[in-house]
Amino acid sequence: MSALDVTDAPELLRDDEVPLSRRGPAATRDVVAFGFWLFLLSDIVIFATLFAGYAVLSGQTAGGPTGVQLFDRGRVLLETACLLTSSLTCGLCALSCVQRNTAATYLWGAVTFLLGASFIALEFSEFARLIAQGAGPTRSAFLSAFFSLVGTHGLHVTLGLGWLMVMMAQVTTLGFRPMIIRRLLCFSLFWHTLDIVWIGVFTIVYLGAR
Amino acid sequence: MQSAWTWHAGVLDPQGPIGAAERTILLNATAIMLAVIVPVIVLTLVFAWWFRSGNRSARYLPDWSYSGRIELVTWSIPALIIMFLGGIAWISAHALDPHRPIRSAVAPIDIEVVSLDWKWLFIYPEQGIAGVNRLVVPAGTPIRFRLTSASVMNSFFVPQLGSQIYTMPHMTTRLNLQADRPGVYRGLSAQFSGDGFSDMRFDVVAVPSDAFAQWLATTRARGGMLDSASYAHLAQPGTLAAPGTFGSVAPQLFETVVMGDATAAVMPPAGHSSGDSAPRSVN
Amino acid sequence: MGKLTWAAIPFDQPIQMAASVLVVVAIAAILALVTSKGWWPYVWREWITSVDHKRIGVMYVLLGLVMLVRGFIDAIMMRSQLAIAARGAQGYLPPEHYNQIFSSHGTIMIFFVAMPFVIGLMNLVLPLQLGIRDVAFPTLNSVSLWLTAAGVLLVNLSLVVGEFARTGWLAYPPLSELAYSPGVGVDYYLWALQISGVGTLLTGINFTTTILKLRAPGMGYSQMPIFCWTALASSLLIIAAFPILTATFAMLLLDRYLGFHFFTNDLSGNAMMYVNLIWAWGHPEVYILILPAFGVFSEVIATFSGKPIFGYRSMVIATMAICVLSFMVWLHHFFTMGAGADVNSFFGIMTMIIAVPTGVKVFNWLFTLYGGRIRFNVPVYWALGFMVTFVIGGMTGVLMAVPPADFVLHNSLFLVAHFHNVIIGGVLFGAFAGYTYWFPKAFGFTLDERLGKAVFWCWFIGFYLAFMPLYALGLMGATRRMQHYADAGWQPLMLVALVGAVVILAGLALTILQLVISIRTRERRRDLTGDPWDGRTLEWSTSSPPPPWNFARLPQVQGIDAYWEVKHRRKESTAASAEGQLEAIWVPKSSAIGFVTAFFAVVMGFALIWHIWWMAAAGLAGIVLGALVHAWRVEGEVEIPVETLAALESARPEPGAAT
Repeated sequence: MSALDVTDAPELLRDDEVPLSRRGPAATRDVVAFGFWLFLLSDIVIFATLFAGYAVLSGQTAGGPTGVQLFDRGRVLLETACLLTSSLTCGLCALSCVQRNTAATYLWGAVTFLLGASFIALEFSEFARLIAQGAGPTRSAFLSAFFSLVGTHGLHVTLGLGWLMVMMAQVTTLGFRPMIIRRLLCFSLFWHTLDIVWIGVFTIVYLGAR
Repeated sequence: MQSAWTWHAGVLDPQGPIGAAERTILLNATAIMLAVIVPVIVLTLVFAWWFRSGNRSARYLPDWSYSGRIELVTWSIPALIIMFLGGIAWISAHALDPHRPIRSAVAPIDIEVVSLDWKWLFIYPEQGIAGVNRLVVPAGTPIRFRLTSASVMNSFFVPQLGSQIYTMPHMTTRLNLQADRPGVYRGLSAQFSGDGFSDMRFDVVAVPSDAFAQWLATTRARGGMLDSASYAHLAQPGTLAAPGTFGSVAPQLFETVVMGDATAAVMPPAGHSSGDSAPRSVN
Repeated sequence: MGKLTWAAIPFDQPIQMAASVLVVVAIAAILALVTSKGWWPYVWREWITSVDHKRIGVMYVLLGLVMLVRGFIDAIMMRSQLAIAARGAQGYLPPEHYNQIFSSHGTIMIFFVAMPFVIGLMNLVLPLQLGIRDVAFPTLNSVSLWLTAAGVLLVNLSLVVGEFARTGWLAYPPLSELAYSPGVGVDYYLWALQISGVGTLLTGINFTTTILKLRAPGMGYSQMPIFCWTALASSLLIIAAFPILTATFAMLLLDRYLGFHFFTNDLSGNAMMYVNLIWAWGHPEVYILILPAFGVFSEVIATFSGKPIFGYRSMVIATMAICVLSFMVWLHHFFTMGAGADVNSFFGIMTMIIAVPTGVKVFNWLFTLYGGRIRFNVPVYWALGFMVTFVIGGMTGVLMAVPPADFVLHNSLFLVAHFHNVIIGGVLFGAFAGYTYWFPKAFGFTLDERLGKAVFWCWFIGFYLAFMPLYALGLMGATRRMQHYADAGWQPLMLVALVGAVVILAGLALTILQLVISIRTRERRRDLTGDPWDGRTLEWSTSSPPPPWNFARLPQVQGIDAYWEVKHRRKESTAASAEGQLEAIWVPKSSAIGFVTAFFAVVMGFALIWHIWWMAAAGLAGIVLGALVHAWRVEGEVEIPVETLAALESARPEPGAAT
């Protein structure tokens, strides 16, 4: 059998008989989405590394406070509610965008922003409280790992809020052209991914605290 | 006693059971693999030469690019070799695990090792003495090492005795070695640790048991106390001009080093240690 | 200005000062030349702001070659120091300096020579082999290039202003923590690599998307050239591994800048965790480098044997197996850290398992040669040199995969010989093979053959002279990173190694000479057909160099070695195959965003290193502003009208006409 694998020339097959992998370059929309997924996967690897670090160091309190002593589950529940709801509203924003509905896009974008900003405010105040009581990231390896993991997630959310503002500005100035819609869809993928990471965070860090 | 810096005094000239076993593995594994590597190299050169475009007696097979039989062989040969070597790896990794004590009728001697910047401290917990940059042991006696580091990672390595092991701050690693015959075996650090790294040399001096007892007595008589103060002095960054000993050691000193209480980590720049709490110098 | 003072310039250290002056003068001279000849508009328009994968590929390779010289100077200094520092002699490089030299040697060679070279070749070739016009994200490609260059600039700045890390190329803590490395050296290292690491990650995303989503019609996965498969495996590894490096370096940066305790000695930091994480990146990294080199050899051996690659399917399986397995072996870099026999055996066995698909590849290359009609052009020399040399390095690697063998060889010069064996014999030889093979495609003329062979022989002989003694020295108990040694008996071998390094230096000099002379005499070796080697894959169906859009019409692919098929069909049938009408096409517009981002990244990185916080903020602001300006760019493409396409098409000779 020759490895040249010469089959019937594709043009002799009916269109739907050509396997997807042989139909030539994909559409820009698919290319962009796929590339962005790969970026999200790489971001998840960063979080995976931070989770691994947290797992190794979670018991290394150097005589200082432990997670159980520090964490306020009520606040975490509130943060979770904000973030998960913002994911819902982000989805609604994306839908509005695809439907070219300007008012709905702005509305759901604004609600998403407010919920995300609430999440950040809550987390910021939690960090401030911990630092004030001497349980900052320089106190022990455990706290370094905690602040880095949760803080990196918070940093991503903050950058997401900035991106959301830019997208709203782009919708205002450039309208719903394909480039803008692609970017908004990428943003919503990003936002949902941060949600998933947060589920990991509150399960492993907050619920799993010993 | 000057050490014998002969060129062949290395891994291929082991003077203990661990090193000897490791040399056997090295030579056997290499021989097995050469049995594949050499024909591959020869065939590469032969095929390249024979099938050069100027050679018209060679067959030209422009469409030949698959053979199930050849594929079977090319996957099997590496797989079989690897299965065999994998077996060797499993068995030998367990047999030569650094933690594993050496079976012997002779009672083992315990040695605690601390790597400092840039010198080696050897504590004899049972005998209550210590040495710096020279480890005197009875020949033919299993040595049970417990090792740690005062500062950064190092690696305790005596090529002629066998396996090395990392030393790490706040952690204890274990190693078991034995010097079969009296002699001087050089040791070094095999993990880069800073500016004085190249000077982190030490000697392992294996002596007959009666000579060892005598050396113990002499060392005790020479005096010098290894306690927190003298340890702190030793931990100052620098190298030692000559090996030294301590005639007495504070109890549990090694444990306090591991826990990090013996002295705080000392910062560079490098200087040379000098003055009162220095170890007693030998020659 | 933060920690920055005039004392940062090494006025009191003659060797560093001389080197700094040399570098500054050389750069100034080049800038002056370009200015005086009025080349800036051309350079800016056609190169700096180019988003064309071919231009970007050339710039990557150029970057790699220039840094090869820098990294090699480090090597010569190390070899000469060790040749004289025997038996109490201190040599001419004190430890404070020597320790920076071997650290920068390793850092530069891996991150700023091997990576750019390999990425450069992939950039140049991938879209052409896939039968498409550019990579998935051309502007991002430019950003990647310039971020890599930013890393290069920062590392070289450390020579002139401040110092470099003195920790080895992987900067293990606690040595790399503030307590033991209070200077700026480790910070230069960390920021240079974080910045260029972003560029590399984006490249991995770019290439993976390109290979999986953008191929010419008819080219399914089983019709891709092997080089594309190896590029895919390498790119997947980049996506999976580089984030680990980013996160780990971020942890070390947090320790150093904000007093965190990931890896510190105090407050329960865990240095062992760093070792695990860094090698979880580090091992895939070496496969990121070697897999494209394997791909180059597959292309070269098939082309110059006049046969398809033997065992295409098992090559693909072997490649993807290596890709996956490379994530399961990392602990073999620290068997001596004391993990216990079960763990050590597992990783030792996994390491050996990776040798199986590698061995299969070697056999497949062997049987590609078999039955071929081999033309001994320079790329074939590199390929044969590789096959002979790499297997020795592979053997010593499998040897050290047996944990007890590693117990006596870890961190010795034997280890150093092993990894140079596989990196030089594998990656570097592959880089040079690819460089010679694809040079005519990029520039329209081939390199001088005779000088090319001389380059090869210098590298080949030089390599053996330089590194075989190191295998012996490692067995004698010589460890790596020593600045001097006590055993006079080692000195003869060190001298042989120095001779080897000098031979390699000659090879480097000849490389530069070859380039200069080849350019001067290029008319003699013009590639008029676009197919100087009677190639098999689609890049040879374009002109040399190709037009910016590569293909006026995307080719219809039917099998592997798509161009070979075309050439032979054309020979058999006289009628031109139905190819359809030419249509106007759109090509991506040039953009300064890559350069601008990298410029501000350098500002930010330098400022962070020296603790100049206002400047760091300014750098960050520059990056953000640049991104915002770019976000509002509405016209991202330029139209190429049908007339332009048609004019070029009619000037092309028929495929296979010149063979």
